[in-house]
Amino acid sequence: MSAAKNMNISLQIWRQKNSKEKGKMETYKLNDVSTASSFLEMLDQLNEQLVNERKEPIAFDHDCREGICGMCSLYINGRAHGPDTGITTCQLHMRMFNDGDTIVIEPWRSAAFPVIKDLIVDRTSFDRIQQAGGFVSVNTSGNTIDANATPINKQDADKAFEAAACIGCGACVATCKNGSAMLFVGAKVSQYALLPQGRIEATDRVLNMVRQMDEEGFGNCTNTGACEVECPKGISLENIARMNREYLSASLK
Amino acid sequence: MAKSTLLKSSIAKKVAMALSGIFLISFLALHFFINMVSVFSADAFNEMSHFMGYNPLIQFVMQPILVAGVVFHFIMGFVLELKNKSARPIAYVKFDGGANSTWASRNMIISGLVVLAFLGLHFYDFWVHEMVYKYVEGNAIEETRYYGELVAKFESPVRTGLYSVAFILLALHLWHGFTSSLQSIGFDNKIGKSLHTICYSFAVIVPAGFVFIAIFHHLINN
Repeated sequence: MSAAKNMNISLQIWRQKNSKEKGKMETYKLNDVSTASSFLEMLDQLNEQLVNERKEPIAFDHDCREGICGMCSLYINGRAHGPDTGITTCQLHMRMFNDGDTIVIEPWRSAAFPVIKDLIVDRTSFDRIQQAGGFVSVNTSGNTIDANATPINKQDADKAFEAAACIGCGACVATCKNGSAMLFVGAKVSQYALLPQGRIEATDRVLNMVRQMDEEGFGNCTNTGACEVECPKGISLENIARMNREYLSASLK
Repeated sequence: MAKSTLLKSSIAKKVAMALSGIFLISFLALHFFINMVSVFSADAFNEMSHFMGYNPLIQFVMQPILVAGVVFHFIMGFVLELKNKSARPIAYVKFDGGANSTWASRNMIISGLVVLAFLGLHFYDFWVHEMVYKYVEGNAIEETRYYGELVAKFESPVRTGLYSVAFILLALHLWHGFTSSLQSIGFDNKIGKSLHTICYSFAVIVPAGFVFIAIFHHLINN
């Protein structure tokens, strides 16, 4: 592994005081950024500089910083989670950039993800979709049946697990030219639809989740496949096709 | 489920768009076959064209359905485009769409509008002419006129060029649209994936064939 180097970069970042006020892009210079630092560490460094200059630091979402929680967002140089695939922004490293680069950082852009402040967006629309049907009813009153007591086809179990890997970060919506949430909803529908425990509420689930998705103002999928490429967890388009099948069969019941 | 809710849903619109697209593709395949016949036999082309032009089932049932299909596909395309635009009220300063999707998939509205403009010219060239010939002027049935009319249309290099450009855009529209329609109606299993080869081949061969037919008549017969 080559040794870490320091570089000087220029940053264009969306600044917006709150959800009511208009925002704009602002430019910052940042020197001595280590190529070994993560993208979020670089933003920490910038914020330290801004605090020392008695300026408002940049608000951005982050939590686990290990690619699991789905909190970090950021649209970097025209791509969700930046110039790499299969990663969240916290897994993006500054070695992906060069000395002298200008990096453009914007919040997720979607009518259903309004900006709260700077780079932080409100993703509770995803929570409401999940609440509309993304669950199974399990008896937990002392009569819980061991999940392993229900035989499940290995292939279905694998596909359900793959769908369940979705961390709800919203990169699919952010990257889709239509601002569609169908990869997210497709994954959430699929993870239950493939399992016997999920079949009981399958009809209501898909109808309610799709209805909620439409009410939130997400766009319509045109199958460009951009979401699949940019999804940090590699959720497949297959899940959208499955949701379509589930929805059509549920509608005709 | 209430039917009104179903029809308003995003997935139902997607499926309607896909089914109307598949219907238009099936018509395109038939049109391609008949036009290709013109390269090999003027008589066979005349016979087929006469059948299409005077068969009551085709004229009064299939033709209105086809026009309705084109209009529906066009209007629904616009409805979805407007809905999708409203889903992102503030555009990105920097959007690198080419990093994760094809130009054809992101610009169906552009390729669709070019194809629509071509359809306008095409209707003017053939359909309006046909309607005037049959119903306005009330000419007698002439079973051997079609081949000559086709050849005459491709006399102009400008028209032949416009047709060729439109078919390149049609190829791009089909390149994404055919596989996309299968995905929309729920095919993404092994059958769907093996159908993709057929879809991509169709998207290249059929428009290329139409361009060949236009250039063939332009060069050989004019």
